[in-house]
Amino acid sequence: MDNILVLAHILDGRVKKGTHSAVTFASGVADHLNCKYSILALGDDLSTQRDTLAALGAAKVLIGEAPGLGRALAERWAPIIEQVVKEGNYGMVVSPSSTTAKDVLPRLAYRLEAGMASDVIGVSFEGDTLRYTRPMYAGNINATMEIVTKKHVVTLRQTEFAPFVPVEEKSPVETISVPAPPEVLNRLTFESFDRSVSARPDLTEAKVVVSGGRGLKSAENFKIIEELADLLGGAVGATRAAVDSGFINNDFQVGQTGKIVAPDLYVAVGLSGAIQHVAGMKSSKVIVAINRDEDAPIFQVADYGIVADLFKAVPEMIKEIRKLED
Amino acid sequence: MKILVPVKRVVDPDKADQVTASSDGLTLNSEGLDWKPNPFDEYAVETALRLLEDRGTREMRGEVLVVSIGPGKATQQIRWCLAMGAHKGILVEAKDEELDSTLVAQILAKVVEKESPDLVIMGKQTVDGESNQVAQILAEILEWPQATFAGKIEAPPELDRATVTREVDGGNINVTVTFPAIISVDVRIVTSEGVQNNVSPPDKPYDEGPRYASLGGIMKAKKIPIETTTPAELGVDSTPFILTLSFSQPPQRKAGVILETVEELVLKLKEEAKVI
Repeated sequence: MDNILVLAHILDGRVKKGTHSAVTFASGVADHLNCKYSILALGDDLSTQRDTLAALGAAKVLIGEAPGLGRALAERWAPIIEQVVKEGNYGMVVSPSSTTAKDVLPRLAYRLEAGMASDVIGVSFEGDTLRYTRPMYAGNINATMEIVTKKHVVTLRQTEFAPFVPVEEKSPVETISVPAPPEVLNRLTFESFDRSVSARPDLTEAKVVVSGGRGLKSAENFKIIEELADLLGGAVGATRAAVDSGFINNDFQVGQTGKIVAPDLYVAVGLSGAIQHVAGMKSSKVIVAINRDEDAPIFQVADYGIVADLFKAVPEMIKEIRKLED
Repeated sequence: MKILVPVKRVVDPDKADQVTASSDGLTLNSEGLDWKPNPFDEYAVETALRLLEDRGTREMRGEVLVVSIGPGKATQQIRWCLAMGAHKGILVEAKDEELDSTLVAQILAKVVEKESPDLVIMGKQTVDGESNQVAQILAEILEWPQATFAGKIEAPPELDRATVTREVDGGNINVTVTFPAIISVDVRIVTSEGVQNNVSPPDKPYDEGPRYASLGGIMKAKKIPIETTTPAELGVDSTPFILTLSFSQPPQRKAGVILETVEELVLKLKEEAKVI
C-alpha cells in the first residue's frame, strides 16, 4: 500500500492522546504492509507542537500553518489535506474520532473518491487487504468491512489503540504550502468558539471518570460528583439527561452521541444505564454503579454496585477514600 | 422556503441490544422489533418545522420535504414525519444492505438537484450504522457549506441564513451559514430553546423533544401521496465504496456484585480491583 497519513488532533494547543493512538494504528499497518507513515498537523501556529509530533516515529511531520486554520473548518481543511494526499501519493488518511475528524474527513473522502470507515476499533489483514472492524447499534454489533476504493479514509476509536510511546529519534519536519480558501467559505462565517473550561483531566484521557445522571437532580448537586472526581484525580462525565437538564455542559456527555471513554475506573452515579450511555463507557476496566433503584440496567454492566441513595453514598465514599489516604 | 429532511428507517433504538448477528455472521436479525424513524432525523424534522412555523399565528412559512432511502416499508416512517407536520414525502426504494454513506449522499444530491431545497437538515448520524458521514459528503458533492452537530440554530425572519451552535470537542463553535446549506443536528436541538426563528413569540416556548403527531395530523398524512423512485431512476451508479463482510456480537459485560456498604466498596476498589 501507499504510505499512510495521520491527521493530528490538536486542541487548546495540545497534541491530544488520540493522535498517539492513531500513530499506533498507522505504525502497525505500515509494518504489516511494508510502507511508511507521516503526520500532518494544521493550525494557526504549531511551533510548540512540532517537537511532540516529531517524536512519534513518523517518516516526516508535515506542518500547515495559516491564520484561522486552527478553527478546523471542514470546507477549509478538506482541500488542504487533499493536496497533501495527492502530492505525497498517500493511500490512507487516519485520525482519531474527534469531532473535527468527523466533520472534515467525510468531505475529504469524497474529494479523494475514497470510502471511509468511521470509529474503527480493530484491523486485520487478508493478504494485503485491510479489514476494518467497527461498532454499530450502540456497540451491540461489530461489523467487519472492506474499503474497495484505492484510497482509504479512517477514523479510530482511540480507546481501542494504546497510545504510541514517543521515541528518541526525531522525524524531519516540513512545512507545506497552504492553498487559498475555497469559494464555498464565502457562505460560512466563523463567529466564535465558546470553550468549556475545566481544570480536570480530559474526559477521554482520564484514568478515572465519575459520571452523574438525572438522579443528581440539579446543577448544584453535581458538585458532589466533582468532589469525588477531584479526590480520585479523575474527570467528570454526565448522561444526556443530565446535560439536557442543564446540570452540566454538553462537552461532558458520555455515550453513543457524546464521548467514548474507557478509564481504569468508571463511577456511575444516579444514572440508569440507558443503552446509549452504556455504549460510551462499557469498555471501562472497572465499573461502579451507585443507584437507589436495584433494577436499574447499569447494574448489569457494573462490577460493583451499591443500591443506595446517592446523596448518602457519595459523601460516604468521599469520607472512606479520605480515610485511606490518611 | 423549502427544507429537505432525509429520514432513515431504523430498529427501535431502545432495543438495539436485541439485534443479533446470524450464526454465519452474514446477516443481522431484528425480527419482532419495531421500526422507527432514526431519532436524530426525527429531531431534524422537528427542527425544520420549528424554523418555518410562526407559533403565534400558526402560519407555516414554507414546506418540509421528507425523503427516505430504504425498503418499501419505509413509507411508514415517512408517514410518521408527515403526521408531525411535514408536507411532502419521497421514497427512494433501495436495499439497506446495498447502500453505504457515499451512495446515500449521492442519491440525496440527485434529490436536491430535482427538488431545489433552500436548506437540508438531517440527523448527525443514524443510530444503527453510526457512521456520521452523509451530511458532510452531501455538502461536499453540492459544494455547500455545512454546520454539523448543531445544538442550537438561530435564523432571521427572512430565513436566508442561520447561526448554528455546533457541539464539538472542547466546547461550542458558532458559525453562520448562508443558504443553501446543510445542517446536521445533535440531540440538544430539540430542547425548548434549540431553535429560534425570530418570528415565533418568545412567550410560547416549545416542549422538550420532537412533537407527537396529532390525530388530525395522522388523518392528513394518510391523504398525502408519497412519490416513489429508485437510485437508477435518479441516475446514481450504485457501486459502493464500502463492503460489509460480516457481523458479530462483542462479548457482553457480566453483572458483578452488589455490595452492602460503601466501606466495603472502597476496600474492594483498593485491594481487589486496585484502581484507587
